[in-house]
Amino acid sequence: MSIETWNTVTALIGIAEQRQVPISAIVLAREAAESEKTEAEVFDAMQKNWQVMQASVARGIKNTEKSMLGITGGDAKKLRAFAGKGYLDEDTLYAASCAVGVSEVNAVMGRIVACPTAGSCGIVPAAACLAKRKRAAGDDAIVRGLFTAAGIGMVIDQNASIAGASGGCQAECGTAAAMAAGMLVEIAGGTPRQAGHAAALAIKNLLGLVCDPVAGLVEVPCVKRNGFCTLTAALAADMALAGVESVIPVDEVIGAMDRVGRAIPRSLRETSEGGLAVTDTAQKLAKRLQELG
Amino acid sequence: MHGVFDIVGPVMIGPSSSHTAGAARLGLMARKILGGAPVRARIGLTGSFARTGKGHGTDKAIAGGLLGFRPDDERIRDALQLAPDMGLAVAFYAADRPDAHPNTALLDLERADGRTVHIEGASVGGGNILVNRIGDYAVALTGAYPALLTVHRDRPGVITAVTQILAEHALNVAFMRVSRQSRGERAMMILELDERPDQAIVAACQRAQGVDLALSIPAIE
Repeated sequence: MSIETWNTVTALIGIAEQRQVPISAIVLAREAAESEKTEAEVFDAMQKNWQVMQASVARGIKNTEKSMLGITGGDAKKLRAFAGKGYLDEDTLYAASCAVGVSEVNAVMGRIVACPTAGSCGIVPAAACLAKRKRAAGDDAIVRGLFTAAGIGMVIDQNASIAGASGGCQAECGTAAAMAAGMLVEIAGGTPRQAGHAAALAIKNLLGLVCDPVAGLVEVPCVKRNGFCTLTAALAADMALAGVESVIPVDEVIGAMDRVGRAIPRSLRETSEGGLAVTDTAQKLAKRLQELG
Repeated sequence: MHGVFDIVGPVMIGPSSSHTAGAARLGLMARKILGGAPVRARIGLTGSFARTGKGHGTDKAIAGGLLGFRPDDERIRDALQLAPDMGLAVAFYAADRPDAHPNTALLDLERADGRTVHIEGASVGGGNILVNRIGDYAVALTGAYPALLTVHRDRPGVITAVTQILAEHALNVAFMRVSRQSRGERAMMILELDERPDQAIVAACQRAQGVDLALSIPAIE
């Protein structure tokens, strides 16, 4: 099979449809070709990342350790204990707990998989855990799904941005939600085209999200936002699987994401000079951090 | 386009790819440039590294890198406690470099045998780094490739002598940069290679006419 490259999600979907394979197969084949490795080797490397993700989830949902400033840590555990008693069903709250937990692990200098970044590291692993619960997805299906997630992320990275400093939080958590949504569709047996719609729907819901971290740390609002964005991904996947389509095609949405990112003022792109970061409480926390130094 | 594992990955110690993972790589790279374990390190942090480094564990990450820990090594969070036990005395200060990249670190390192080196480098995003000064020389070193560094006399033929040795061993040069203090004085050359040169090749370069120092700097994964 010759290796085709792609620079858009539409092209990626087109190749997958033409070959009648899932998106993941096309992404895996390209990575193997470009890194001059076998597909089995590349698959194994992703399997290792999935193991690290699972370890970070296992640690996160039990985590009671607070971050240095004491502003994150322990919320994933609370959510997990509450799962089954909420408005949202047990599995959904469990997934939110996984996302918050992985982000809490990140905040206390634990080991995570940046996906696509450290600030958004909880979303894709949490969505994978949701697939495991809801769809009884096995490790192989999840690892394949991670290639689909990667393919979507690669296009966003190339045609918009995955860095909060360039494109605001939409670039980090927005991208992660799009990646997770596409992955969930594929794991559920949806078509490549549905995966594209799911990614588009997820991004559209998070378009314009700013990056205004309190005291410059990857904690507030990042940790809890990972939980929210996991639910956006799940709903986007369900919408697409139900046959709902994004009126704006996915690559046009990514183009919009790029323009919106550029329009976000510098003060709201990871500089902590605006938004939540300049509230009274945030200023006090920033001062306390300086005193710790 | 970036690869799959730039998007789903890397595996790293949190919380920040630039302020933690990149900082660890900077420390690791500095250790490789020194050519061994430092016993003393004085580290200046500028810009965003100085302002938010504490909360991101930038100090721990750089110290961890200096101790040889990779960016996914969980010992990074305890690096400042581990350093004295592992024979490293490390101190940090806030430095002012308005023109430098906001995530720049200035490292003065000393090895047990007395060799010292001054290194300046920045964490430029996504865990990537750029070392832009070694001693008196401007350089551009990313750690993405294994490199051969030489300090040599600035005179005709020295560069050819070194590249000739590489050619004889079928080592391909990917990127090359030469800078000098002043004409006819000492110069530094950095050759980024497709493969790591073995000890015999480095020794041969060290013996070449006009070469004062030849050092292999492995890539950092």
